[in-house]
Amino acid sequence: MKVTQPMFFFIFRRLAQSVLVMAVVSAISFSLFNFVGDPVNNMVGQDATREQRLEIREQLGLDDPVLTQYTRFIGNVLRGDFGISYRIKRPVSTLILERLPATLELVFVSAIIALIVGIGLGVYTGIRRHSWISRSVMAVSLIGVSLPTFIIGIALIYLFAVHLRWLPSSGRSGVLELGGWKTSLLSLEGWRAIVLPAITLSLFQLTMILRLVRAEMLEVMRSDYIKFARARGLSDRAIHFVHALRNTLVPVITVIGLNIGGLIAYSVITETVFQWPGTGLMFIQAVDFVDVPIMAAYLIFVALLFVVINLIVDILYFVVDPRIRLGGT
Amino acid sequence: MSSPDIQKSRWQRFTDNDIVYSFVTTPSAMVAALIAFIAIAAAFAAPLIAPYDPFDPAQISLWDGKMPPAWVEGGSPAYVLGTDNQGRDMLSTILYGGRISIVVGITAVFLGMLLGVTLGVISGYFGGMVDTVIMRMADVQLTIPGILVAILINGIGRAALPLELREDFAIYVVIVAIGLTDWPQFARVARGATLVEAEKEYVQSARVIGLPGWIIMIRHILPNTMRPILVIATIGLALAIIAEATLSFLGQGIPPTTPSLGTLIRVGNEYLFSGLWWITFFPAISLVILVFAVNLLGDWMRDALNPKLR
Amino acid sequence: MSALLDIKGLDVSFPTRRGTTYAVRDVSLTLKPGEILGLVGESGAGKSTVGNAIVNLLEPPGEITAGEIMFQGMNLRDQDAEAMRNIRGQKIGMIFQDPQTSLNPLMTIGAQLVETIMKTTQVFGSAAINKAIDLLNSVGIDQAEARLKSYPHQFSGGMRQRVVIALALAGDPDLVIADEPTTALDVSIQAQILELIKSLCRERKMGVIIVTHDIGVIANIADRVSVMYNGAMVETGDVRQILTDPQHEYTKSLIAAVPRGDMKVHRFTSVDYIEGGAQTHRRIDLDRHWLGEKLGQQPSPTAISVDALNKTFVLKKAFLKRNRVYLQAVNNVSLSIKTGESFGLVGESGSGKSTVARLIAGLYNVDGGSIKLFDQEVANKRTGKDVIDARRNLQMIFQDPYSSLNARIRVQDIVAEPIRFYKTASSESEVKQIVRDLLDHVGLGSAAMLKYPHEFSGGQRQRISIARALASRPKILICDEPTSALDVSVQAHILNLLKDLQDELGLTMLFISHDLPVIRQMCDRVAVMRHGEICEIASTETLFNAPQHPYSKHLLELMPSMEDFGKTG
Repeated sequence: MKVTQPMFFFIFRRLAQSVLVMAVVSAISFSLFNFVGDPVNNMVGQDATREQRLEIREQLGLDDPVLTQYTRFIGNVLRGDFGISYRIKRPVSTLILERLPATLELVFVSAIIALIVGIGLGVYTGIRRHSWISRSVMAVSLIGVSLPTFIIGIALIYLFAVHLRWLPSSGRSGVLELGGWKTSLLSLEGWRAIVLPAITLSLFQLTMILRLVRAEMLEVMRSDYIKFARARGLSDRAIHFVHALRNTLVPVITVIGLNIGGLIAYSVITETVFQWPGTGLMFIQAVDFVDVPIMAAYLIFVALLFVVINLIVDILYFVVDPRIRLGGT
Repeated sequence: MSSPDIQKSRWQRFTDNDIVYSFVTTPSAMVAALIAFIAIAAAFAAPLIAPYDPFDPAQISLWDGKMPPAWVEGGSPAYVLGTDNQGRDMLSTILYGGRISIVVGITAVFLGMLLGVTLGVISGYFGGMVDTVIMRMADVQLTIPGILVAILINGIGRAALPLELREDFAIYVVIVAIGLTDWPQFARVARGATLVEAEKEYVQSARVIGLPGWIIMIRHILPNTMRPILVIATIGLALAIIAEATLSFLGQGIPPTTPSLGTLIRVGNEYLFSGLWWITFFPAISLVILVFAVNLLGDWMRDALNPKLR
Repeated sequence: MSALLDIKGLDVSFPTRRGTTYAVRDVSLTLKPGEILGLVGESGAGKSTVGNAIVNLLEPPGEITAGEIMFQGMNLRDQDAEAMRNIRGQKIGMIFQDPQTSLNPLMTIGAQLVETIMKTTQVFGSAAINKAIDLLNSVGIDQAEARLKSYPHQFSGGMRQRVVIALALAGDPDLVIADEPTTALDVSIQAQILELIKSLCRERKMGVIIVTHDIGVIANIADRVSVMYNGAMVETGDVRQILTDPQHEYTKSLIAAVPRGDMKVHRFTSVDYIEGGAQTHRRIDLDRHWLGEKLGQQPSPTAISVDALNKTFVLKKAFLKRNRVYLQAVNNVSLSIKTGESFGLVGESGSGKSTVARLIAGLYNVDGGSIKLFDQEVANKRTGKDVIDARRNLQMIFQDPYSSLNARIRVQDIVAEPIRFYKTASSESEVKQIVRDLLDHVGLGSAAMLKYPHEFSGGQRQRISIARALASRPKILICDEPTSALDVSVQAHILNLLKDLQDELGLTMLFISHDLPVIRQMCDRVAVMRHGEICEIASTETLFNAPQHPYSKHLLELMPSMEDFGKTG
């Protein structure tokens, strides 16, 4: 089949770009160690003797040429070794793995909410452009993009935890161990705890997706092929859901990929507001204490997640759009 | 030539303009512009209109601390919106805090715009290697969400400063952090617009006349890319104000000694559970109204400046 | 036979903030089964609006405010949305202008055909697929069965328009409305598509309304023609009668403005009806005028000399060289143009004619070959006094009047830009004086100086472009399809202006066009291009009377002509 060859090159090119991105990000992470603070001070404290310091420098290989240090850093990273946290004095990779399930579950639940509600309302407001429901949704959505995540969080806590006392105000509970993965999605307790942070996290991305889908939908509805479809007597249903929706979703896929990445970023804030024990909270604490190994590792971890998401998006794009898949005549 | 004649025709041309027309027939846009204008004016006039100077220790008394708003039982007409934990007048701190939020927002967006538009236009006009390098940089940065980049740059900036200077320079670090976060958006839009414009025949014609590249870029291309950039800048301003507030809320931004709205919310949040809601509520609602007004303006602008929708 | 379609007193209005405008005013027309009616008019005439009004597909806020549309005995204005949906497709088919955008890019043409067949004819399953294959066969698409699985972007423009026609015919309509069906296509494809529509109309006894701005199309295909101007129907009649003996003043001037392909005339008949009277061209005294000042260069008998020019574009980038896709846009082109000559470059889209112009103008770098302007080599050179001086001799006028002027700069500053840049005037007041004079000279008043480009029509914008070109005091003018975006009556004015300027200033002109009649009227010698190569260079009269190259013959045969009807001179 002819299909496989362009697909292979397409993915190969994206992979090459991803490697480039990761190289740059790892270089930035690596330079954090040199720019931010003195690693020796951080390891042994201010009152260490000169000999101790020299010994540590020797151990860490800080006197080697920069390139050697960088190569060693990359080698360590590839083996999953991000060094030892300055503050907590434990391996960074263990710390991240411990906290990863919390963040991923939060992001997953938020993404589901944002995608289902966002695309649904976006399509509705795009089709029923002038109905009062659409108008109200659009007005509310503009308030949605104007609400900083932390204010949404505070407001939800005040209303549901402090005022109504329906849901817990912070933390993650009802955690069960499932084959090495600590999940809170299998107990009522866990769901009660995740509802508020998940809504908080999803709201901003939800409004972004909604507005984007609507704008794309309106754009597509103005196109010639929609007019031609009408001229052929096709039903509104077919026009909206067969012709318009698919064309709307092609550009939307890219942005949805970015938005899921945005969820990971904003989980830093949500986790702080709700004291959710995930990687974001760990990162912000690391920034507070200039805990460089954790900062560097988190940066690489987030970039990797992003690269993977973008790769999936690109492949989806390839599957959905025949113009890319099959090439021109 | 009689000058009133020209003025009249200019005025007519102004009111005839579709954008002006759209503005005066869109109530939400006018309300938004009014709120934004009042907010900016109030922020800049804070020293003149605020009832107290929250930074003057002589005007602050701990005795007056934690007073509720004037209309709630226990409130005092001297403090319309109540006082915070240190006895500072909420209204005054909000005016001063809003000033910092707006200044940080505008300068950060301006910085990002300057950087992004310059790089974007150069990238789009020259193409080739220059384009590849600049846009790859933008791509890499866009791979990581803005708020994380801001936290990171901000964190590095703070860590690089000696401890005693951190508070004094915090505001500049925040501005640079948000500005550096913004540039890829501007660069992308400016590059896209430049690519479109550079293909147009008026640019080709300027090249045939023999004008050098920099004249073509500044005189011909740049003014024609301003519309989408203005829209991005307005929406970017809302995002920058949110970003500053978020950084400050996370304790990474403006220190409590000269608080911005975000700092005020962070401080107030600690008292929320003990029922002192006004310390959080008023700064938060001010922030939301400010951002909402800017977003409303940006939203209208995007529709009004989009020729396809007209 | 009773009428298939009978429109009486149709009004379509668009409410705007500056008052209601009527796009269509009191239009009446009738159509019999098996008849082709041409609806002709220039831009803004309201001809497309009539087509959209019939099937109730007006762009909001447009609406029908008066009149009746009787179709097969029922008034279409009385039908509700559901009934209209059934009429569209089943009874009335539409064909739109641009086949690039008329098809859904994400669906195979098979899926689009089957979907339409199922909706309009209640035929399902394999019967629907068979019908789709039949339809593709009937519009002349080979290997129809295999092609069902193709996506629109895998077809060429002409083939795509055939698919569009197949879709329009899917419900076996009794009436087809074709809105500029061939405007986006090359001449040779245009002829095939018109032939197809014509034969389908005869076979299926359909009524067809062809909406077009092109009198040549009407002459080729229509039985009867209705002429529209400014929303109103000015004249209706048999196509032969309208083309040979028009009654209305507008029709007369419209037909007179169409460039003739059969013989060269000195000037285009002035089209007084449309642009408010022909401007009388005031000659200038070159010895005293600013335009006549010499740049201090020796006159050379050869203005442009191009030798073995090559240009390749990379269509698809790829890391590996063997995966890149190239387009040889200009292949070994050589030509030389004498000073004061008017040289035409003609070809279909993609023939490389515009690329040659842009290479000569220095907008692209050449991959090989030489370009001399008055004996000065300029290929890939931008610096050096001799090169800059030689390049200043050359100016260019572009196709699209809407994008060729910077919308943010006043007309006076647009025209003054080269004068100020090269400091060819001693003072700012002299600059203003020269600009005023130039604008006056191209037929725009000095009132134009303070306005912005958007306040002008397409034809006026081309005049501004010409004034800007003159402000560089060129000796060579490259005109790249200068009138193909303009209405035919405006085209006549602009072409007359270019002729006048050439006579008066002794300009050398390189005239690029796809339009053979225009070339015949404007040029002394012509080069015919195809696939980046020159097929034939000959004097205009020789080429048109006795073409040598088979491709030239082919093009000339396809030239849309009204002369068959014995055009009145």
